[in-house]
Amino acid sequence: MNAAAHPQSVQPGTALSVGARQRRSLGRRMTLLMLLPSTLWFLLLLLMPLLIILVYSFGERSAVGGYAAGFTLDNYLNLGSRAAAFSNTLILAPLGTLVCLVAAYPLAYFLALKVSKNRSLLLTLVIVPFWTSFLIRTYAWIFLLSGKGIPALLASFGLEDVRLINTPWAVLIGIVYGYLPLMVFPIYVSLEKLDKRLLEASADLGASAFESFRRITLPLSAPGVITGVMLVFILLMGEFLIPAILGGGKVFFLGNALVDLFLQSRNWPFGSALAMTLVAMMLVIIGVYLKLVARYGGRPVDSGV
Amino acid sequence: MDQKTFIKNLRSWQNGSISRRDFLGRTGLGVAAAVVASNMPGLLMSSAQAGEQKLSSDRLALATWPNYHSQENLDDFGKTSGARVSMSVFGSNEEMLAKLQAGGSGWDVLVPTNYTISTYVGLGLIEPLDLARLPNFDASAFQQKFMAQGTVDGKVYAVPKNWGTTGMLYDSEKLKDGPASWKAFWAAAQGPASGRTMVHDYQLTAIGNALKSFGYSFNSLDPKELADAEKLLIEVKPHLFAINSDIQPSMRSGDAWLAMSWTGDASQLHRDLPQMQYELGKEGGELWSDFFAIPKSSEHKDAAYAFINYLLDPQHNKLEVLSHGYPSGDKRVDALLPVALLEDPIMYPAAEALSPLEFGAAATLTSPARAELMARFKSA
Repeated sequence: MNAAAHPQSVQPGTALSVGARQRRSLGRRMTLLMLLPSTLWFLLLLLMPLLIILVYSFGERSAVGGYAAGFTLDNYLNLGSRAAAFSNTLILAPLGTLVCLVAAYPLAYFLALKVSKNRSLLLTLVIVPFWTSFLIRTYAWIFLLSGKGIPALLASFGLEDVRLINTPWAVLIGIVYGYLPLMVFPIYVSLEKLDKRLLEASADLGASAFESFRRITLPLSAPGVITGVMLVFILLMGEFLIPAILGGGKVFFLGNALVDLFLQSRNWPFGSALAMTLVAMMLVIIGVYLKLVARYGGRPVDSGV
Repeated sequence: MDQKTFIKNLRSWQNGSISRRDFLGRTGLGVAAAVVASNMPGLLMSSAQAGEQKLSSDRLALATWPNYHSQENLDDFGKTSGARVSMSVFGSNEEMLAKLQAGGSGWDVLVPTNYTISTYVGLGLIEPLDLARLPNFDASAFQQKFMAQGTVDGKVYAVPKNWGTTGMLYDSEKLKDGPASWKAFWAAAQGPASGRTMVHDYQLTAIGNALKSFGYSFNSLDPKELADAEKLLIEVKPHLFAINSDIQPSMRSGDAWLAMSWTGDASQLHRDLPQMQYELGKEGGELWSDFFAIPKSSEHKDAAYAFINYLLDPQHNKLEVLSHGYPSGDKRVDALLPVALLEDPIMYPAAEALSPLEFGAAATLTSPARAELMARFKSA
């Protein structure tokens, strides 16, 4: 398109060309001007805090807590003391994401391809829980998972003495409950855009339902799955509310370690080091994930379209 | 904007094609409401207040703890003084300190616990109180031990609000022979109350009460003694139901049978469920007191003094005590309270049970060694 537009604007007389050039540089300035607010926003509110955290992470805890200037690697060398928090997070965040995906995909599929009436009502129902505070809803789970809730129900079926609250299972249930809508929506959007004629063509050419799903539906919904997985996984890595409330302080995430370091022991430098490590870890994990997606998941989508 | 355009906008808001914010923005109603609210607060309040003596400020920002004030008092103060109380509720002294230290809190009155006051003073965050502006305050009505906690270098920085203890609470229907010492508490946690015991998510009390079971000081910073406490805590950890300061939901549901507890939680639980029994550790434990203080950064100092003075009025303070169940420590208030309350062993423990208790120290709260110990216990 550019190549076609170019000769037209340059070839005619010089006067016009200058005018066009001026117009173009004005356009460029407008673009810069329009980008300015978001650039400033990004620099001030995203990069600056990150830079401050980086500087703090090499400092020392002042005598009464908080930050004191200094240069030490001790904070990073001390990361091993939070090994349990790292392992809990690195097990439960991916596991939670996976369970969310397995639970969300059929729901999104149903909503996008099987429902014709009341679709917007059903979609609204998926987000209805968001209308009340997440804290309150998670508190409600305390009662559902505590002795008089689900375990009492199970006991009436003969399954005695099941303990749920303050175990990793309670945290996993809370995670799936809280994050399911975030997984459903991206997948729904990508399935909803799916061209149904492709499925008809596939059936006409003799593919079984499963074959059509595997070779058409699944690859075409990959962008939604990728987005959903990233959304849920990134948020889960920093989660602290669910483990704090449903884990009873016994299932400890990195987020909880961070909250404790900033609000209880007030060791800001160590907290900053932990936060930087978390950011670095996420960058690596997300980078590897996107690479893998590009290698194994990305191609079929590109060649399919 | 003419009438027709307004109606058109109203219609498009009603049928959902523009949002409420757009609607308020387009019609200018939002700006109008904001201007009215900020410049003419009288318009938005009842006119019954006219004629009363008003403070120069119309608001008071209070930083305090959950369930710690009588709503009746707050409303009444707002009405008589014209300063509306806006409350920020905190979960720990550390959070309160962090917020004030970060600046821009906008608070006028805060409610620090005894062991944080010297830290606030050291950081220059609170200033000595001008007692002449608190005519309802009478130092001689308080025990010297409480007054001393709010005094730094001979200057009164904070006046007492309420006091209490940290003991152990057990469900006597589930747990026969409840513990009466911290040694017995930790033994029960690993024995009959295994999987049913709650420990505070608070370094000061969790470590302090582990130290007490060895007979050490609640405030010990001795590395060897702390190592003993850590060993005990880590041993007990797998037997715990939770590490959580919010003990009420689990004690009420019967999931937990034994818990560390502050006076107020114990009073409230015992009031609703008589089988809940409260004991102080035979070896000792914590005695604490909360205070009123005014941040240096307060922009409504007259309202701050008026508010503290209002609550220190024995009649008003009586309402406070009746609503939250913590003793005030003010003799004039005790004289107004029903005898049954004064004889309640949870609120007013016997003198011999109180005597071995210790106040938490500033160094205990800020100790990096104890903070790290707690973190190791929690992430073990």
